[in-house]
Amino acid sequence: MPSPIQNPRILLSHCRLHSPFPPKPHPTVSRHIHRPSRPLLRASSAAQQTLSTPTPTSSDILSVRESILSRRKTATEVAGEYLDRLRRTEPLIRSFVHVADEEAVMRQAAEIDGRVERGEEVGELAGVLVGVKDNICTVDMPSTGGSRILEGYRPAFDATAIGRLKELGAIIVGKTNLDEFGMGSSTEASGFQVTANPWDTSRVPGGSSGGSASAVSARQCMVSLGSDTGGSVRQPASFCGVVGMKPTYGRVSRFGLMAYASSLDVIGCFSSSVTDTAILLHAISGYDRFDATSSNIEVPDYASQLVPMDHFESKPLKGLRVGMIRETLGDGVDAGVVSSIQAAAVHLEELGCTVTEVSMPSFSLGLPAYYILATSESSSNLSRYDGVRYGNQIAADEINSLYGDSRANGFGPEVKMRILMGTYALSAGYYDAYYKRAQQVRTLVQKSFKAALEQNDILISPAAPTPAYKIGEKTNDPLAMYAGDTMTVNVNLAGLPALVVPCGVVEGGPAGLPVGLQMIGAAFDEAKLLNVGHIFEQTLQSNGFVPPLLTNC
Amino acid sequence: MALVYFRGIRTSHLRFPLITPFPRRNGVPFCAMRSLDTQTRTPTDNPKGQVKADASENQPKTLERNTSGFETIIGIETHVQLSTLTKAFCGCPYTYGSQPNTTVCPICMGLPGTLPVLNSKVISFAVKLGLALNCKLSMRSKFDRKQYFYPDLPKGYQISQFDIPIATGGFIDLDLPLEFGGGHRKFGITRVHMEEDAGKLLHSETGSHSQLDLNRAGVPLLEIVSEPDMRSGVEAAEYAAEIQRLVRYLGVSNGNMQEGSLRCDVNVSVRPIGQSKFGTKVEIKNMNSFSAMNRAIDFEISRQVNLHNQGQADQIVQETRLWEEGSQRTITMRKKEGLADYRYFPEPDLPEVVLTDDFVDSILSSLPELPEMKRRRYEGMGLSMQDVLFIANDVNVAEFFDAAVEKGADVKMAANWIMGDIAAYLKNEKLSINEIKLTPQELAALIASIKGGTISGKMGKEVLFELISKGGTVKSIIEKNDMVQIVDPSKIEALVDKVLAENPKQLEQFRGGKTKLQGFFAGQVMKVSKGKANPMLLNKILIEKLNAKS
Repeated sequence: MPSPIQNPRILLSHCRLHSPFPPKPHPTVSRHIHRPSRPLLRASSAAQQTLSTPTPTSSDILSVRESILSRRKTATEVAGEYLDRLRRTEPLIRSFVHVADEEAVMRQAAEIDGRVERGEEVGELAGVLVGVKDNICTVDMPSTGGSRILEGYRPAFDATAIGRLKELGAIIVGKTNLDEFGMGSSTEASGFQVTANPWDTSRVPGGSSGGSASAVSARQCMVSLGSDTGGSVRQPASFCGVVGMKPTYGRVSRFGLMAYASSLDVIGCFSSSVTDTAILLHAISGYDRFDATSSNIEVPDYASQLVPMDHFESKPLKGLRVGMIRETLGDGVDAGVVSSIQAAAVHLEELGCTVTEVSMPSFSLGLPAYYILATSESSSNLSRYDGVRYGNQIAADEINSLYGDSRANGFGPEVKMRILMGTYALSAGYYDAYYKRAQQVRTLVQKSFKAALEQNDILISPAAPTPAYKIGEKTNDPLAMYAGDTMTVNVNLAGLPALVVPCGVVEGGPAGLPVGLQMIGAAFDEAKLLNVGHIFEQTLQSNGFVPPLLTNC
Repeated sequence: MALVYFRGIRTSHLRFPLITPFPRRNGVPFCAMRSLDTQTRTPTDNPKGQVKADASENQPKTLERNTSGFETIIGIETHVQLSTLTKAFCGCPYTYGSQPNTTVCPICMGLPGTLPVLNSKVISFAVKLGLALNCKLSMRSKFDRKQYFYPDLPKGYQISQFDIPIATGGFIDLDLPLEFGGGHRKFGITRVHMEEDAGKLLHSETGSHSQLDLNRAGVPLLEIVSEPDMRSGVEAAEYAAEIQRLVRYLGVSNGNMQEGSLRCDVNVSVRPIGQSKFGTKVEIKNMNSFSAMNRAIDFEISRQVNLHNQGQADQIVQETRLWEEGSQRTITMRKKEGLADYRYFPEPDLPEVVLTDDFVDSILSSLPELPEMKRRRYEGMGLSMQDVLFIANDVNVAEFFDAAVEKGADVKMAANWIMGDIAAYLKNEKLSINEIKLTPQELAALIASIKGGTISGKMGKEVLFELISKGGTVKSIIEKNDMVQIVDPSKIEALVDKVLAENPKQLEQFRGGKTKLQGFFAGQVMKVSKGKANPMLLNKILIEKLNAKS
C-alpha cells in the first residue's frame, strides 16, 4: 500500500514534464496548444516554474476553439495531432474498442475548417474530439456495450447525447472500452480487451468507464462520455487523474445508453479540466422527449457561470459549507487516499470554506442495497440480448437452446453472475427480503443525503477507497471489487450529482498515482459543484495530472 | 422513419426471420393459429354481437343433460386493444393487416438503448373504461415489468401493471337475450390494467421455422379481469359482448374479435353443488366469436362434469386448452408446470402514473351514455326488451334511434322501422347504419307522414328504400312519385263503385256467401288507386258497398 505523500507538490519533482503532449509529427504545428496564461493563486514553487505549462488545468475545448477561430491552427491539424497520439498510445493502454475511420475524422475536421474559412458559424464544440463509452449508441460506429453478444452490432440511431454533441460540431474519435454493459470496476470485465492505466500500465484504469478515463488521461481525445451506475465515471476519473462528472439522475437523457440499471444509470463526462466538463455537460444535458425520466429543469450555462481565475478573491469560496462524510474515511480506506482528502479539505478551508465532518450512518448500507437493485434491474434489462433479433446467435433446433447457447456464449462471467443474482433477488418469495428492502434502504440513503445537504452546501469524500490497483489483483475476489464502489454507490441511490477532481498523488507506479476528490451536491446543483471544482482545481498546485505515459511515449 | 431504422438490425433476421422451430407451448400456437385462421375463416360471430342459439346442435346431448348437480364457475380475462393513433410507448402507428414489420421502430423493437415513453391517450382510455366499469381508480399507479422469454417479446419483458392496477373493484350490468331466457345480470370486475401487446409469430406449415412480425409489439392493451361470477357459456359470452359494446360506446377500441382487438381467455371450473372448494380451473383460449365462446365453455363444462360423473375428476388438471372450431371441442395446449414466476418489479423507465381529480372529473363528464343506461332509458320509453336489446346493441344504431326520436319520431314505430327494413337492408348490404343515406331526420319525417296518413305504410317502405339508397327528403320523394294518399271518401267511393261494376261475377259470389272475396275487392280497389287509397277508408267504404245491396 503506498504511503501517504502530501502535499502533492512534493511529487512534482519526479513527474516533471516538458509538455503534457508528446512531440508532434507535423513540423508546421506549434509545439504547444495555446493556453491563456493564468496567474496562480499561490506563489509558484520551483518545480512548477520548470513546467512548460504553468497553469496545467486550462480548457482544451476553449483553447482549441480559440486556435481554430483565430486560424492559428486548423481543426484538421488538431485532429491529426490527437489521432497520431491515439495511435501511438493505444497499443500501451488499449482504451478503444473501436477507433473511428481516420478519413472520416479528417473529413469532419476539414468541414469545420471550410466553415471557418468561409466565415460561417461553427458549433460550440467544433473540432472537439470526443471518445464515447461503447455502451452509448452511435449510428456510424459499432456499439457493443463491451459484450461479445453485441459484437459488430451497429445501432440504428444516435443516443440523444451523441446527437447533441454532433450538432455542436464535436467529432467522435472512437468507442471506448468498458466492463461488459458497465458491470465492473476495473474494465477487466470487458468482453474484448483489458485497458491499462496511463499512470502505470500494469494497473487498471478503474471502471466501468475505464476506456473513457484512460483516453482522456492519455490525451487520446479531449473529452469523453462515460456512464455512471454506481461510480463508473467517478472511480476511473480518480484512478486516471482526470475530472469526472456524474450528473443528477435525469439531467442527461439516457436514450441510447444501453441500460444496466435504469433507475441508477446516468451518462457522465470526462475531461482534463473542470471548464471542459462544464462545457461538455451543458452540451448533453436537458429534457429529451425520448426519455420519460429526463428532467425539464432548465440547464444553466455551466461554463459561463464559472468564476474566472483573475476574479478570484483571496477567499473565493468564503462561506461555503463543506461536509466531509466521516464514514468514507474510516477502515478499509487507503491511508494515502485519506490524507489526500484531508489535504484537499485543508485546501478548501484555505479557499474560505468551513469544513465539518458529517456522519451518515446509512452509508454502509448503500453498497449491498446497490448491488441488489442494480443486479435486479440488470437481470431484466439484459433479457433482450437473446440472440433472436440481433447480436450473436448460436443457432439451435429448439428455442430454449438458442436462448441458452446464445447467452451462455455471448455474456461474460461477471454479467452472468449479476443476472443470476438479480434473477434470484426478484424471484417469488425473495422479492420482499431483497428488492423491497433494498428500496427501503434507498429511501433511507436519500433522506440522509437530504439532511446532510441541508446542513452543508456540498459533501466531500474520496472517489474510491484506493488508488488504481494492479491488473488481475481483484479479478478473483468479486467482493473486494464490489467494496471498491463503497464511496460512490450511495450517490447513485440518491440520484445526486457528484464531481470528481484530481486532488493529489500518492506513491505507486513510475510517477505516483492520482487520487480524486468527490464533491457531492444537491439534485440539479451541478453548477455549484463545477464552480467549487473549478476554483479548487485552479488553485491546486499540481502538474495538471499528466500521466507519465505521455512523456515516455 | 421505421424503414430508416432498419439499418440497425441484421436484415437477414427480418427478411427471412428464420428463428428455428419453437416448441408449441407458451401461448404461441394460440396467436399463430388465430392469425392464420383469420385469413381464411369467414366470420363466425354475428355482426351484431348477439349470441346465436346454435350451440346445442354441435354438442353431445348426453353430456349436456348430465350437468345437473354441478355448479360452473367462470372467470374471464379480456384483452382490449386500444384504438390510439400510436402505440403505447413509441410513435409508431398500428394498422391491422399492415405488411409485417412495417410499423416498427427501435423502441417497439426493443433495440439496445431505447426507452419507453407513455402515450397519455392510454391513460385517458384506461380511466374511461375504469369509470364505465364502475371501478375505483388508483390515483397513483405505476407500471411493472413482467418478465419471460419469448421471441415475440422484444425486450424480454412486457410492460404491464402488477400490484397497483389503474382500476379495481367494479361491476358490469347486462341483460341476457330473450332467447336464452332473458334476465338481468351484474358481474364483478376485479381489475383493469394497462399493458403492451407482444408481436406475432407465424409458424411455417412444416414447422421448420417461424417468422416474427413486430407490428403489434407495443400496441396498448387494457386487460379486464372479471370476478368468477359467470355460470354458463351464455353468461360468459354475453359478458364479453357487453364489454365489446362498452368499448365501442366509449370509442376506446373497435372491439373486433376477428382482428384480435378483443381477446378473451376463459377460466372454467365445475364443482358439485354444495361443495365450497372450487374445482380445478382450466383456461380456454382461441375463441374467435361470442358464439364460439358460448360453445367452447359449454363443451368444457360438459367435459369436466362428465369426468366427475365417471369418477375421473382427478383427470381435470390445471392447463390451458384451445378451442378447435373445426372439431368443436377443446384440446390440451399446455399443462401448467407449476406457477410461472414473472419476477415483476416496478418499471424504472417510466414515472408513476398520477391522476388528478380534475383529469378524472373531465373524463367522467365526457363519458357518453353507456349501454346499460341506454337500455334502462329505452325500457322507460316503453320499448319491449327485445327492441331495447336490439337497438342498444350497436352504439351507432342507438344514436340513430335517439336522433330520430329527438326529431319527433314515434318511439315504437322508429324501433320497428330500424329493426325491420333498415336492419335487413344493412345486413344484406353489409353496411353500418352510418353508411347509408337515410338520416334520422328523414326517418322521423317518414314516420310522421305515415302516422299522419299522408302515405300508407306500404308506400312508406318504397320511400324508405329510396331514402336509404339515394337520399333526399320524404317530402320530395312523395311529391315526385305522386304518392299522396287518397283520403277523400268520395274519390274512394268512386273507385269502389268502379271495381264492383267491373267484377259482377265476383260480386254475385260474395253476395252468395263467399265473403272471403272481400280481400279480392280491396286488392282491386288498391290496384286501381295505384296503392294510394287509404286502406282504412277503403275497407270501410267497401264493406258498406258490398253489404248495401244485399
